[in-house]
Amino acid sequence: MKAISGERKRTSRLKEKTLDGYNFAYLDDQTKRMIRRATLKAVAIPGYQVPFGSREMPLPFGWGTGGIQVTASIIGIDDTLKVIDQGADDTTNAVNIRRFFAKTAGVETTENTSDASIIQTRHRIPEVKLKSDQIIVYQVPIPEPLRWIEPREEETRKMHALTEYGVMHVGLYENIAHFGKVTTSYDYPVQVNDHYVMSPSPIPKFDNPKMDKMPALQLFGAGREKRIYAVPPYTKVKSLDFDDHPFEIESWSECCALCGSSSSFLDEVITDDKGSRMFVCSDSNFCADRRAKGHKGPGLPRKFEIKDVE
Amino acid sequence: MTKVLLSAKNLSHHYGSQVGCVDVNFDIYPGEVLGVVGESGSGKTTLLKNISGLLRPSSGSVKFDTRVDGLKDIYLLSEPERRLLMRTDWGIIFQNARDGLRMNVSAGANVGERLMAIGARNYGDIRNEATDWLQNVEIGLERIDHYPETFSGGMLQRLQIARNLVTKPRLVFMDEPTSGLDVSVQARLLDLIRGLVSQLSIACVIVSHDLGVMRLLSNRLIVMHQGRVVEQGLTDQVLDDPQHPYTQLLVSSILPV
Repeated sequence: MKAISGERKRTSRLKEKTLDGYNFAYLDDQTKRMIRRATLKAVAIPGYQVPFGSREMPLPFGWGTGGIQVTASIIGIDDTLKVIDQGADDTTNAVNIRRFFAKTAGVETTENTSDASIIQTRHRIPEVKLKSDQIIVYQVPIPEPLRWIEPREEETRKMHALTEYGVMHVGLYENIAHFGKVTTSYDYPVQVNDHYVMSPSPIPKFDNPKMDKMPALQLFGAGREKRIYAVPPYTKVKSLDFDDHPFEIESWSECCALCGSSSSFLDEVITDDKGSRMFVCSDSNFCADRRAKGHKGPGLPRKFEIKDVE
Repeated sequence: MTKVLLSAKNLSHHYGSQVGCVDVNFDIYPGEVLGVVGESGSGKTTLLKNISGLLRPSSGSVKFDTRVDGLKDIYLLSEPERRLLMRTDWGIIFQNARDGLRMNVSAGANVGERLMAIGARNYGDIRNEATDWLQNVEIGLERIDHYPETFSGGMLQRLQIARNLVTKPRLVFMDEPTSGLDVSVQARLLDLIRGLVSQLSIACVIVSHDLGVMRLLSNRLIVMHQGRVVEQGLTDQVLDDPQHPYTQLLVSSILPV
């Protein structure tokens, strides 16, 4: 009895909150089933790129169509969605995708990482550790890590199947030979579960260690390239490196100007045309949270004041 | 009696109704250089592709003396095994160096790639090995981080040789390695190949239409005509005392200088 009344409540909530004439979460049910099948296969073979019939979405390829399709297929009325773009909740892409799901699925949205059950992301993994009841969905532009060196799809599939990944190290070799160190700073290739080499979407390599043994399920959707891949919870994810040039992440000499954090990924912001700059957390929710707890950073650079400007 | 390294038996290949090569038999022993000569269209390159795992022959067998299991048919090996063989025990040198090189990575990375492909994960070691090999093929060390597209034709061919020999293969296939190069560069390249092959005792199959190249490099010679082997024997013997009318024609049509 209780279940039925719960069901009725949900249906009514759906009716009053979502757009008339649209299916729940925009996509039709057959498409969702197709994407779920691809997603299940992807989870079963960690790091393997599963082809799927990517649909036309109401925004251009490159704006997160892959991620949106994955999110639309796994989202339920009880989910709480957070969308981030470059770590921030308030950038155009994030705001629009969040609004899209609020309208078409009537779900709760949040900016708070720990309140979200699904996090759709572009460019970052939140600083707060994700939990096992959360799912993170990445928007991926180029899913094939071997593409730059091997243009033939037939050949890259064979290389994946046979774990022939020597060429991935050719890229790292080139970095060290030309610059003395590995300069690849985003989309840094990883090997999942000791088999498939995977492109982790354009997250900074700072976030790579967070993928390793992550309690949350990680799903990757590439809309234009029509591929879905996944890293199941608690799966080994290793960044490729050389024995004598081990993998390292970015570090900064400064801390966040707003919250004083020295452990998060920092964006450099130019504050005037005389070379002043400040560093702030790229994860806006993490930064706001710390400030609310009373942490303070050094603030705006003091070097130049308005009266200095002629 | 030394062990056979590669053995081709009753090898035939047809492209539809077109004949590639017909009923070819030969053995190659370790350290031996085998030359294949014949005019354009005589089936030389088809034969080379057949025995180097690039093209499955219509009939017949190609057996290679694998390190673990001894003589095995390369087309009955599993694909991963065959690909491993191609990256370790074999080298393939293409007529056009651009086919065998990665043009968008540096010379050093080109040489190091095969090492990385078989599991080398120490940058310093890979770099040292690449340095040694560039020296072996007489490419200046200041060029190690340059891209192959800045290299001359002769250098490209030498780089391709270094890239193949770095894993110390036991058998190298060469398809017209010197054609398209001018005479002096050809001479240096031939000298280099001859030196490396004898120094490392690598077995070689060289396909060429240039009898001069063959006289210099190969120990044994196979003469092909319209897909068939018309004569085979020691190089000097075949060139100095040709038996088959086609070989006689071939030898007599060398331009005197």
